[in-house]
Amino acid sequence: MNTQVDSPPRRTDPRGLLIKAIRGMGGAILPIAAVLFGTGGTEAAPVVVITVLAGFFVVALLVAAISWYRLTYTTGPEDIRVEQGLLSLRARSVPYERIQDVSIERPFLARPLGLATIQFETGSGGKDEIDLRYVTVEEAQRLRDLVRERRDDSGDAVREPAGSAASARRAAPMFAMGPRRLVVFGLFEFSLVIFALLLAGAQQLDFLLPFEIYELENWARLFEGQRDRITGIGREGPLLAALAGLIGVVVLGVVTGIVRTFARESGFRLEHTSRGFRRQRGLFTRTDVTLPVHRVQAARVDTGLVRYRFGWHGLRFVSLASDPSGSSSHAVAPFARLEEIWPVVRAAGLEPPDETTEWRRPLPGPWIWHTVVIASTLAPAGLVVSLVRGSALPLAMAALAAVVVACAHALAWRRRRYARDDRQLYVRKGNLAPKLTIAPQVKLQTVEIAQGPIARWRGYATLHLGLAGGTLDIEGVPIAHARVLREQIVDRIAEVDFSMLAGDPGPGTTANRPDDESVSGPTSR
Amino acid sequence: MDDHSLTPLHANHVKALRLSAALTATPLAFAALAAEALGLLPSGAVLLPALVAIAWYVVRLPLRRYRVRGYHLGEDRLRVVKGLLVRRDTVVPFGRVQHIDVERGPIERLFGLATLILRTAGTHNASVALPGLGEQDALAMREAIREKIRRDMA
Repeated sequence: MNTQVDSPPRRTDPRGLLIKAIRGMGGAILPIAAVLFGTGGTEAAPVVVITVLAGFFVVALLVAAISWYRLTYTTGPEDIRVEQGLLSLRARSVPYERIQDVSIERPFLARPLGLATIQFETGSGGKDEIDLRYVTVEEAQRLRDLVRERRDDSGDAVREPAGSAASARRAAPMFAMGPRRLVVFGLFEFSLVIFALLLAGAQQLDFLLPFEIYELENWARLFEGQRDRITGIGREGPLLAALAGLIGVVVLGVVTGIVRTFARESGFRLEHTSRGFRRQRGLFTRTDVTLPVHRVQAARVDTGLVRYRFGWHGLRFVSLASDPSGSSSHAVAPFARLEEIWPVVRAAGLEPPDETTEWRRPLPGPWIWHTVVIASTLAPAGLVVSLVRGSALPLAMAALAAVVVACAHALAWRRRRYARDDRQLYVRKGNLAPKLTIAPQVKLQTVEIAQGPIARWRGYATLHLGLAGGTLDIEGVPIAHARVLREQIVDRIAEVDFSMLAGDPGPGTTANRPDDESVSGPTSR
Repeated sequence: MDDHSLTPLHANHVKALRLSAALTATPLAFAALAAEALGLLPSGAVLLPALVAIAWYVVRLPLRRYRVRGYHLGEDRLRVVKGLLVRRDTVVPFGRVQHIDVERGPIERLFGLATLILRTAGTHNASVALPGLGEQDALAMREAIREKIRRDMA
């Protein structure tokens, strides 16, 4: 038993109220501007300004005082606890083991008062963390030292000096893309986005255009003039014109694809350094991103409808730290052969599936159900339109669409596979372009079995796996097998604690976080 | 593994669910009364069906909801079962709990209840909430889970 006792509940520093109240006055700027504008800036202006400012100050002070009074924090032998709330009470407990980083900030207004904000970051991705605003600098340092001390594994051995970041070994690239590869990549990135952009631009700037773009007559008049020239060429004239137009669209689409690919991927280089995967790419904004190996939660191998036929695939790593490009997974080999992809997957400590992988097929229930839902909405809609129009065409089209949907679902079901071995979980999706996800079981967070009414009736379930930075579902798993799978996966997860996975260098660090703590942001060169 | 091992929630949870259902249904009740007062339809044509629906929503549905809910506190995991239409059966291993919240909303406080929320790093199920626990039970469970997080480390 632990003999240590909790510290008495503390409140944040009351001087912080002043800062919050002053910040609250920032909200007064707009009302003041409005009032001054309304009164036309008469001699009453100073009175108005002072009254409004004082009002906002008092209200902000009151709100801050109530929340200050209702918030207490306690440091126990094993966790930090924060209790807060006026109507709805919330008591949050963060065990020391889960605290990955402690950051102390000294904002401008807090500095003269000797105050700071302290934030305890856990792996839960930004929100839902403990954030004490405005404690004294001494208190902040005391709390940080306390967290350091209480963490069992905060030995010096794991806490690398920050200087070692610079000495990270520079390795040969694991994967790189030259200009030739980029051209091929660009061909598959065929994109008509330029037309969308032109249209959007026309909408934004339509006041500059000499005519009203939504007036059909204007367009008709525009083509009127051209028609005589086209028909003048001969009988093939219209056909040739259409062909020329089509070729123009295709050429523009291809060029757009290549240009965009070059802008994004130019000089693509992936290195496996001692700090993790380092990726550099980009023509105009060159980004340099390092993803520590232990942050890789899963690997995704995807492809496209056409590029798959030519043997091209892409590899992304799912992780909590988000890619500067905005997507939460890191493209580490966007356009590569499978022979190039597997070494990168192995370097992340994952294994590609091989012939010993026991692939299983889901029950067809979810796909049948989807098809039934879609068909049963399409059919009446088609029927109604057919009756109104007095033509069988809409009904025929609805029927055709339903058949296409049914075929796509049937194919999706036939191609769907999942597998589990001792370490990893594999899910393969996609009807015409297969996408494979490889996730190590120890990196999963939760396992949920979800069953709707139909699923209960037909005896299947969807397995939702909690993946940090992404989603992983297996649909149509027979319920008995879903239970077995969950048991096996949870047993696997429970063997290893999260803090062991994180492999972080300890909460040692101060306001200036070392760059290895997270993916470093883009650096323009 | 089977449903027999599930621990039911605190009996007051039904009352809390009924009270919040009653609050939700109040506008509908007033609307039905107003429609009745206007007298456009034969008397009772609106009020009776509305009353039946409200009674089902306030009395019957919370009970059914309560009955499908349950949890199981295991050695190294918490299992939370809920969902009347879509049944969700979630297991959170303590080794993946980031932090633990105990929340008490106004209605829950009235009945001495609390909600235990386990936060994980996963995108799906980032927080797994277990409502309808007795206040003391929730705090005890929090302590138990926290201690197990601690012991995993050793």
